[in-house]
Amino acid sequence: MATDIADISATATRTITIECQRYDPEADAAPHWQRYEVPFRDDMSVLQGLQHIKDHLDGSLTFRWSCRMAICGSCGMMVNGVPQLSCHAFLRDYFPGTVRIEPLHHFPILRDLVIDQSDFLDKLESVKPYLIPRQDKPLAGGANQQTPQQMDAYYSYSQCINCLLCYSACPQYGLDSSFIGPAALALLHRYNADSRDQGWAARADIVNAEEGVWGCTLVGYCSEVCPKGVDPAHAINQNKVNSTLDYAGLRRLLLPKGATE
Amino acid sequence: MKRSNEPVFWALFGAGGMLSALIGPVLIFVTGVALPLGWLLPWPAWDHARMLALAQQPLAKLALLALISLFLFHGCHRLLHSLHDLGVHAGRTAAIAFYGFATVATLITAVLLLRIGF
Amino acid sequence: MSRHRSTASGYVRPMAGWWRRNPYFLRYMAREGSALALTAYALVLLAGLACLAQGEAAYERWRALLTTPLSIVLHLLALALVAYHALTWFQVMPKTAPRLPFAPGLITAAGLAASAALSLLLVAWLAWGVQ
Repeated sequence: MATDIADISATATRTITIECQRYDPEADAAPHWQRYEVPFRDDMSVLQGLQHIKDHLDGSLTFRWSCRMAICGSCGMMVNGVPQLSCHAFLRDYFPGTVRIEPLHHFPILRDLVIDQSDFLDKLESVKPYLIPRQDKPLAGGANQQTPQQMDAYYSYSQCINCLLCYSACPQYGLDSSFIGPAALALLHRYNADSRDQGWAARADIVNAEEGVWGCTLVGYCSEVCPKGVDPAHAINQNKVNSTLDYAGLRRLLLPKGATE
Repeated sequence: MKRSNEPVFWALFGAGGMLSALIGPVLIFVTGVALPLGWLLPWPAWDHARMLALAQQPLAKLALLALISLFLFHGCHRLLHSLHDLGVHAGRTAAIAFYGFATVATLITAVLLLRIGF
Repeated sequence: MSRHRSTASGYVRPMAGWWRRNPYFLRYMAREGSALALTAYALVLLAGLACLAQGEAAYERWRALLTTPLSIVLHLLALALVAYHALTWFQVMPKTAPRLPFAPGLITAAGLAASAALSLLLVAWLAWGVQ
C-alpha cells in the first residue's frame, strides 16, 4: 500500500522547542513558562505536539481538545501571540523557531492552557439565539420556506463553532469584558438576518447598548483569526448602521428586510 | 441594557471620516505644502483680499464650516476611543471634554464665518 | 449573575501594552492615531480663518508660519497619517455595508479611486483653472 507504517517511521524526524505557559492555581502565584523538546514530523499539528508532551514528557500539562479537525472549537490557544486552533496550526510552519503556547487571551486562566469561558456562555444566551417569528406557527402549518438567497443572507454567520479565537483577538473585550463580543453579536445578527425571524425588537436592547455593537471600534482582528469565515466584524458593523437608524426611529429602513416585526 | 447615545457621534465621526478620506490628504498637501512652497498658485493669488472674497461666498462658508466641524468631530471621537484603548479610564468627563471641544470649535467657526460678512 | 460561573476564580492577565504585542494592533493604533493629525490640521484651518477675520496683518502672519520648515515637515507627516486614514477607511468601509451582490473589494477600490480623482481635480483646477 502507498503509506505503510515503515514509510512513516522512515520519514525524517526533527525536534522543535515548544514552550507552554503553565499555571497550577493551587501551587503558583502566577503563570510561568516550561520548555519541551518535541520530535515532530511535517504532518503534525501543534495539538499533536501538545499530545506528545502529555503522553511522553509531562502528563500534567492540561489543555482542551476534541475533534482534531477544526470543527469542535475546543482547542483554541495563543500560538506565538496569535489566536489559533492548535489542531489547525502546524509545527513545520514554526520550525526552527520556538512555538510559544499560551491560553487564549482575555479570559481568566483556570489551569495551564485552559481558560474560564463562562462569561462567553452567558453572552451567548443573552442574545436570544433562536428564531422569533411574528406569529408562532403550529406544526400543522407546515415547514418554513426559504430561498437560497434568503439563506445566503445569514449562512456564513451560522458557521460559528464557538472557539473563542475572536474574543482573544478583540482588544475591546480584553479591556472591558462587559462587551458582548464578536461571536455572540455575530450570532445575534445570524438570527436578525434570517427571513424566518422577526426579532429585531426583542434583541434591540442588546444591539443598541454600549455593550452591544457600540463597544466595537472595528479593529477587525476577529474576522482575521476566525477559522470558519464567520466575519463577526461585518456582522457587528453593519448593525451600527441599523442601530443608528433604530436610534432615529427609522426601524422600517433596517437591513436585511423582514428583520422587524 | 441602556440605549447608547453613540449613534449621534458615530454618524458625525462617519461623515468626517468620509470627507477626510476623500479630500483630507489633498487639502493638507495644498494648504500645508504646495501653496507655502509657491507651487500651484503664485503668492498673491491666495492673499488676504482674495481669500476674504472667497470666504464671503455662502457656499464657501458652508464648505469651510462642514470641513472644520466634521474633521474635528471625527478626530475627537477617535481620540476619545484611543484614550480608552490606551487604558485611560476618563469616562463621561472625557466625552464631555472632547465632544464639547468639537462643538465649541464649530460654534467659533460659524461666528468667524459670519463676522467675515457676505 | 452568571449561570455558568465556575467555582475557580481564575488568573487574570493584565492588558497593559496589548497593542505593542501584534503588528495588526500596531497598524490599528496608527490608524486611530491619524485622528491626532486630522484634528491638528482642522485647528490650523480654524486658526487661518480666525486670522482672516482679524485682518491682513494677522493673515500674513499665519501664511508666514506655514512657510517655515517645521510647518512643512509637520504637514508632510500629517499628510502621511491622513493618507493612511484614507486607505484604511476605504478598506474597512465594506464592513459597515450590508451584504452586497459584489465583492467588498470593489467598495474599497471605488473609494480610493474617488479620493484620487477628487485630489487630481483640485490640484489641476488650482494649477490651470484659477486665474
